[in-house]
Amino acid sequence: MTPGEPLVRWDWIASHAGEIGQRVGEHLELTVIAVAVGVVIAFVLSLLALRIPALYGPITWTTGILYTIPSLALFALLIPYTGLSLLSAEIGLVSYTLLILIRNIVAGVRGVPVEVRDAARGMGYTDRQILWRVELPLALAVIFAGIRVATITTIGLVTVTALIGQGGMGYFILLGIQLFFSTALIVGALGSVVLAVLADAALVLVQQALTPWTHAR
Amino acid sequence: MTALGDLVRWLSDPANWQGSHGIPVRVLEHIELSGFSVLVALVIAMPIALYLGHTGRAGFIAINVANIGRALPSLALLAFGLVIAISLGLGLGFWPTVFALVPLAIPPIVTNAYVAIREVDRDIVEAARGMGLSEGQILRSIEIPLGLPVILSGIRTAAVNVVATATLGALVAGGALGRFIVDGLALQEYDQLMAGALLVALLAVATEVSFGALERATVPAGMRVVR
Amino acid sequence: MAERAGATVELREVTKRYGDTVAVDRLSFTVPAGRICVLVGPSGCGKTTSLRMVNRLIEPSSGEILIDGQNVLADDPTQLRRRIGYVIQQTGLFPHQTVAENIATVPRLLGWPKERIQARVDELMKLIGLDPERMRRRYPAQLSGGERQRVGVARAMAAEPPLMLMDEPFAAVDPIVRERLQNEFLRLQRAQGITVIFVTHDIDEAIKLGDRVAVMRLGHLVQYAPPAELLAHPADDFVAQFVGSDRGLKRLSLLTVGGVELAPVDRAKLDGAPVLPSSMSLRDALAVMLSSEAQEAPVMDGDRYLGALSLQQIGRILRVDEPA
Repeated sequence: MTPGEPLVRWDWIASHAGEIGQRVGEHLELTVIAVAVGVVIAFVLSLLALRIPALYGPITWTTGILYTIPSLALFALLIPYTGLSLLSAEIGLVSYTLLILIRNIVAGVRGVPVEVRDAARGMGYTDRQILWRVELPLALAVIFAGIRVATITTIGLVTVTALIGQGGMGYFILLGIQLFFSTALIVGALGSVVLAVLADAALVLVQQALTPWTHAR
Repeated sequence: MTALGDLVRWLSDPANWQGSHGIPVRVLEHIELSGFSVLVALVIAMPIALYLGHTGRAGFIAINVANIGRALPSLALLAFGLVIAISLGLGLGFWPTVFALVPLAIPPIVTNAYVAIREVDRDIVEAARGMGLSEGQILRSIEIPLGLPVILSGIRTAAVNVVATATLGALVAGGALGRFIVDGLALQEYDQLMAGALLVALLAVATEVSFGALERATVPAGMRVVR
Repeated sequence: MAERAGATVELREVTKRYGDTVAVDRLSFTVPAGRICVLVGPSGCGKTTSLRMVNRLIEPSSGEILIDGQNVLADDPTQLRRRIGYVIQQTGLFPHQTVAENIATVPRLLGWPKERIQARVDELMKLIGLDPERMRRRYPAQLSGGERQRVGVARAMAAEPPLMLMDEPFAAVDPIVRERLQNEFLRLQRAQGITVIFVTHDIDEAIKLGDRVAVMRLGHLVQYAPPAELLAHPADDFVAQFVGSDRGLKRLSLLTVGGVELAPVDRAKLDGAPVLPSSMSLRDALAVMLSSEAQEAPVMDGDRYLGALSLQQIGRILRVDEPA
């Protein structure tokens, strides 16, 4: 860092408030799209794995490989095909959510007590009614735990998409690295962490509203 | 599919396999950087986690530290690594990246080691204590062997994350495989970019797979029978 | 409560095979409408399998099951199950639904109007001794074990089924609560006139609750009889052993003092002996007489003196039905 330069220059933050707000919006947009699309795809794949148990292995193996590939590498591999675009960023971000979400959806549904399923069948629920009215509601707490982890992870990863021209708060981090400018670094890094914490808290509230039976006393 | 063709051509060019900028050197740099960072993280995290696990203290923090770690963006860690390294006068490249990777590796190691020790059946520990084993002996001869697969799975998570994130080191003038990606991006040389991405991906998967095999091999024989 | 007739259930040569193993072998019996039939036997005897074939949670390999003359195998299984109550040991209450929602399960599946469902839920909650105002919105996790079982029974009865299947419903609660639940259940069953098929491994529960008891062993029906008959004339050594060496005493608990031929002894001679109400079981009478060291005791129906019961008489009843 330049000598004599303070760690945080408040005047810079004040004069860039508009841009910071805009990047926060971009960060959230990238995150929400990724998690929403991830949930939809994971849900379909999970239902498939629950219907045909033999598919669970290959599905988690494939999504596990996707999860293992470094984010920057995955974005890089996409560039020749989808360019420095939102699409490249989202393909990468979505593929990181899948493993966590699928594991939690399947584990949640499989974790429904046998006797509850038996009672439902014994009272005349159809298989579809058992899935939608018993298994999925009961799995909701575990599914939400997965959504929370996926969201936190995605918020962190969004910063990396700054390297392919997206990035939300990652833009400031990259700017800070390129200019050796600590104020931008701190704005970007702290902003991303704060977003993660706030998003997690919001999801906890949503989950509590959706699953009143888990905390009734 | 010209991109794939370019990729194959780049990888089969002997010039890219030689010298200080060649693939073998970059792979070694990547392994060196990752291995060193994981080692430092282990030296810092393991004693703390084993102590907390054995005594059952600070459970909430130990269990949740992994989630907190997940919220830290790797790019931000790199930025802070950069600040620290420069203020310590350690320069660019290797050290800023290490300072970024160590805090990234610590949370999963702590959480898994803590859980691994806590999950050992308390009756077994009580029995051992009843037979006169010291606390250190209980940890060494019972809790660590029984918890080893879970401990290793934490180190695996840490190692895979570190291998993946070490790629970003190239942003602060580091070497390793990230060099190909960052240079490829900057120069718009997509063959180099994709080759770097492919090599990092392979290295990460190889790390994952070899640790997985190690975990399975360390399940105590008596517990394997039960399964 | 309107009188509702239970259904007559008939099993004909019902068999369940798993590969080469025969889990249930040509099982045949009839349960008269409004009666409780208890299937009893050691674990693995096929009693639960038999029960679960009635609502087709398990498909029979062969044979017929008739409910009021209708073969259940001709029905759509889910439609069939909505007409049959089902209670299991672990209750299977839905943890994500309140007590009221749980009880309303089948009426909702059947599309009852809201007001009718709510009235029925309140009615049932009162019947099982839970205050609707206080308990309606509770979740299963907020109930005691006994309350959960009661809700399980109420849920099974909600759509006024003519038949209920119960699989060890009281096995998971402690003995005192079990006794109370059994008594409540009997009262409820008599009031509603529902036919019940009940599975247990506990012979005492079978004798207490059953109008008929079916003893099963290794997939076979060994004996099908009213409890008194079972105790008096066990079909073979297995049944004799299963009902226990104290089966004479158990049988005494099924007979009342008033049902015995009493001796016309002068009431004045029995001063000091304990007074036995005519509705008392012979087993309790025996206990009272032994502890008071009386040889004879007066039996009273209210204020009316009926005659004297002697220890010798009880002994004679015990001996009469002993097999050779």
